Amino acid sequence: MDLKDKLISSFMAFENNVDIEHSVHDVRTEAMKNFELKGFPTKKEEAWKYTSLNSIQKVDFSIFPREENTLEYKDVKKYFLHEIDSYKIVFVDGIYSSYLSETTHDGVDICLMSAALTKPMYKAVIDVYFNKVASKDESLTTLNTAFSREGAYIYIPKNKMPKKPIEIIHFATGNEASILLQPRNLVIVEENAEVQIIERHQSLTSNEVLTNSVTEIFAAKSAIVDYYKIQNDAATASLIDNTYVDQKDKSLVKVHTFSFGGKLTRNNLNFYQNGEYIDSTMKGVTILGDKQHVDHHTLVHHIQPNCESHQDYKSIYGDSSTGVFNGKIIVDKIAQKTNAFQQNNNILVSDKATINSKPQLEIFADDVKCSHGCTIGQLDEDALFYLQSRGIPKKEARALLMYAFANNVLESVRIPELKTRINRLIAKKLGVNLGFDL
Amino acid sequence: MAYTEEELKKELETKEYEYGFYTDIKSDTFPNGLNEEIVIAISKKKEEPEWMTLWRLEAFKIWKEMEEPEWANVHYTKPDFQAISYYSAPVKADPNKSLDDVDPELLEMYKKLGISVDEQKKLQNVAVDIVMDSVSVATTFKKTLAEKGIIFCSISEAIKEHPELVKKYLGSVVPQKDNFYAALNSAVFSDGSFCYIPKGVRCPMELSTYFRINQAGTGQFERTLVIADEDSYVSYLEGCTAPSRDENQLHAAVVELIALDDAEIKYSTVQNWFPGNKEGKGGVYNFVTKRGLCEKNAKISWTQVETGSAVTWKYPSCILKGDNSIGEFYSIAVTNNYQQADTGTKMIHLGKNTRSTIISKGISAGKSQNSYRGLVQISSRADNARNFSQCDSLLMGNECGAHTFPYIEVKNKTAQIEHEATTSKIGEDQIFYCNQRGIDTEKAIALIVNGFSKEVLNKLPMEFAVEAQKLLEISLEGSVG
Repeated sequence: MDLKDKLISSFMAFENNVDIEHSVHDVRTEAMKNFELKGFPTKKEEAWKYTSLNSIQKVDFSIFPREENTLEYKDVKKYFLHEIDSYKIVFVDGIYSSYLSETTHDGVDICLMSAALTKPMYKAVIDVYFNKVASKDESLTTLNTAFSREGAYIYIPKNKMPKKPIEIIHFATGNEASILLQPRNLVIVEENAEVQIIERHQSLTSNEVLTNSVTEIFAAKSAIVDYYKIQNDAATASLIDNTYVDQKDKSLVKVHTFSFGGKLTRNNLNFYQNGEYIDSTMKGVTILGDKQHVDHHTLVHHIQPNCESHQDYKSIYGDSSTGVFNGKIIVDKIAQKTNAFQQNNNILVSDKATINSKPQLEIFADDVKCSHGCTIGQLDEDALFYLQSRGIPKKEARALLMYAFANNVLESVRIPELKTRINRLIAKKLGVNLGFDL
Repeated sequence: MAYTEEELKKELETKEYEYGFYTDIKSDTFPNGLNEEIVIAISKKKEEPEWMTLWRLEAFKIWKEMEEPEWANVHYTKPDFQAISYYSAPVKADPNKSLDDVDPELLEMYKKLGISVDEQKKLQNVAVDIVMDSVSVATTFKKTLAEKGIIFCSISEAIKEHPELVKKYLGSVVPQKDNFYAALNSAVFSDGSFCYIPKGVRCPMELSTYFRINQAGTGQFERTLVIADEDSYVSYLEGCTAPSRDENQLHAAVVELIALDDAEIKYSTVQNWFPGNKEGKGGVYNFVTKRGLCEKNAKISWTQVETGSAVTWKYPSCILKGDNSIGEFYSIAVTNNYQQADTGTKMIHLGKNTRSTIISKGISAGKSQNSYRGLVQISSRADNARNFSQCDSLLMGNECGAHTFPYIEVKNKTAQIEHEATTSKIGEDQIFYCNQRGIDTEKAIALIVNGFSKEVLNKLPMEFAVEAQKLLEISLEGSVG
C-alpha cells in the first residue's frame, strides 16, 4: 500500500478519535477530499520541479505513534535555548509532553492546539482564524489540515507582549521505525501586540522521520512577530514546512530560517499583505553538506499599496548537496508604491553540489520598485590570500569568509542568546574553531 | 504647445498598423487541415527527395503524439490545427528566375514595405531572401555571394542543391521532437532561408530574410538554417510583417544556427507581425523555436526587437558546447494593448570557460502582459563558466503586467553567475523635465524608452537600429496617460 492510500485509510481511524460534530471537522473532511484528489506533488508540477518526494513515499511511515514516549530533560536540554528562560511547548512523537513544557494562560494564551480545537471557550477564535490563510488546494497543506489535531496555539491579545520568547520543539524518539508527524500551529497576534517564537524539529535517533507542518500566523494592525526556524535535524529526518502569514496594516513580520541539517527540507513560506504600510521580512542561512537537499519556496503577495517586503537568502553548498531557491513576488494592480526586494546569494564549495535558483516577479502595478538579484560564485581568492598572508590558516580563512558571507542575515536576530547559538552552529557546520566565540 | 494628451490619444486610436494592407496576388493554397497526405503533398510540391519526405513524416508522427504546451504565461484560444492551410504560395513566384520575372504586384508590395529588391540594395549592401506566405519569392545578390563560396538561398533550393549540408545539419540543433511547434514545423515547413559560410570567409554584407503572411487562413511555417563553417563570420537579419486581419494567424518557425570552431554568427530580428487591433482582436500567434550551437571558440549573438504579434512565445537559445564559446542575447520586447509576450533565452553551458550575457528589456503598456523567461544552466563539466543576466521592465499604466521567470541551475562550483532584475516606470518628473525644455510628451516618452533600450539597440546593425527605434516609438505612442 503506498503512502497516499495508507493516509486515506488512516483518516477513518483518525475520525474515531476526534469530535466529528465540531465545525473544524468539516474543514478536515474537505481538506481530505482535496488530498485524495491531488495526492503527493510530483516533479511535473512547476513548484516541485527540483524536489522529488518519491523516495519519501516509499517509506512505510506510522501515522499514529503506538505509545506515549517520555524523555528526560537532561538528555534533551541542549536542544533548548537553556541560557534564558522561555515558554516551552514540547511534543514527543507528536504528543504533547506536559513534563517538558511550560505554558501559560496569564494574559496571553500559550498552549495547545488540541485544547483550542476542542474547548468551547476557544471556538469563537478558531472559527475566525483556523485554516483561513492556509492554502485550501495545496496538497500537502490540505493533508496536514485533514489530520490537524495537535500543535502550538498562541494567542496574544491587544497591546500585550509575553515576558519571554516561546520555544516550540518537536522531538522524535525513534521508538517507531519511521514516523510521520503533522503538527499544526496557529499564532494570532492582536493589534499592537508582539511575540518572539523559536521553532525546532529534532530527531533523536537515525530512524526515519517525516514532518509535514503547517503554521498559520495572523498579525493584526501594528503587530510585531519574530519567528525563527532552526532546521538542524538528523540526517534521516525530512521536513516539509508550510507557513502562511496574514498581515494587516502596519504590521511587521520577520521569519528567519536556519537550515543546516536534515535529509530533505522544503520550506513553503507564504506572505499575504492584507493592509497598508506592512513590512514582511524573510531571511535565511543555509549551509549544507553530504546529500542534503533544501528547497526554499517563498511567496509575497502584495495586495494593498504602500507595503514593503525584503528577502535575503544566503546559502553555502558542499559535498553532493542540492539547494533550491524559488522566490515569488506578486504585486497586484492596486498595490502601488510597493517596494519589494529579493536577494539570493549562493556559494558552491564542491564539484558535486547543485543550486537551482528561480527568483520570480509578477508585477501588475506600475508605480513600484521591485528588484531581485541572484548570484552564484566562489569565495574571493584575493580575500583568502589576504587572510592567509596574515597568518590565518586556509581552512579558518575560508570559514571566516563564509561566516562573513552569512553574517548580515544574523544581524536582524533580536535574541542575543539565539544569535550566539546560531553562530556556534555555523562554526560547527563549517568545521572550524575560529579561536573566538562567534 | 496645444497638443494635449486627449489629442494624442485620439490620433493614436485612429492610427493603423502601418503594414496592415493585403496584396491581391493569385495564390495556390492547399485545402485546410493536416494529415499525412498534406505532408506528402507539401513535400511533392517542393519536389523534395525521398529522405526529406520521410523526415517530415517522422516529425508528423511525433507531433501527433504531442500535446500543446501550456506552461507559458500567455492566454489565448488555441489554434485549430485542422482549420489552417499549410501551404500557400503566390502562383507566379519562382525563385529560380531572375528578378525581372517576379510578379510586378509583388514588387509593388515590397516597395510599400520599404524593402526594395532592386538595385538600391547594392548601395545598402544587404542581400535579401524574401519569404511570402510559405515560399521564398526572391533572393538577391546570389552571384556576389557565390564568388566567395557563400551559399544563400531558400531552404527548398538547398534541399535540392546541397542535400549533404542540409542532411547533416537540419534538425541537429532543434530535433523534430524538441517541442510541439518544432515538430509541427518539421512536418509542414514550406520554405525558409538557408545560408552556408565556408571556412575562413567573412561574409561581406548583411544577409537578410523578410517574412510576410499575406493569404488569409494560412499558417506560416518557415525554417531557417545558418551554418558558419570554421573561422567564418556572418551577420543575419530577419524581419516580418502581416496584413491586419480579424482572425488569428499562426506563425511557427524554427531557426537553427550552427557555429563551428572559431566562427561567429550574429542574428538580428525585428519582429513586427500584426499585433491585433486595439481591442485585442486578430493578430499573429508567434510560436518560434530558435537555437544555436557553438563549437570551440565560437560565438552566437541573438538580438531581437519584438514589437508585433498578439501572442509571442519565443526563446532564442545558445548551446555552448565547445570550450571558450560565447553566447549573447539582447532583447527588447514591447507589448501594448492586448499583446502578450513570453520571451527570453536559454544559455546551456557545456564547455569549459564558456561565457554568456543576457540583457533583456521589457516594456509593457496598455493592457498587455510581458514576461521574461530564461534558463541559465551550468553543467558539471563546464568549469569557469560565467553568466551575467539583466532583465529590466518598464511599466506604463496600471493595467499591464511585467513578469520574470529566471531559472538558474548550477552544477559546477567554479561557475560565476549574476542575475539582476528591476521594475520601474517612467517618472512624471522625467517627463516634466523634458516638457520644461520644450520637448513634448510623446517625444519625451520616445526619448526615455530609447535610453532604456539603448544597450540593446546598439547591438543592431545600423539600418536595423534606425528602423527599430522608429518601431518602438510607433508601438508605444499614447501609452502613457
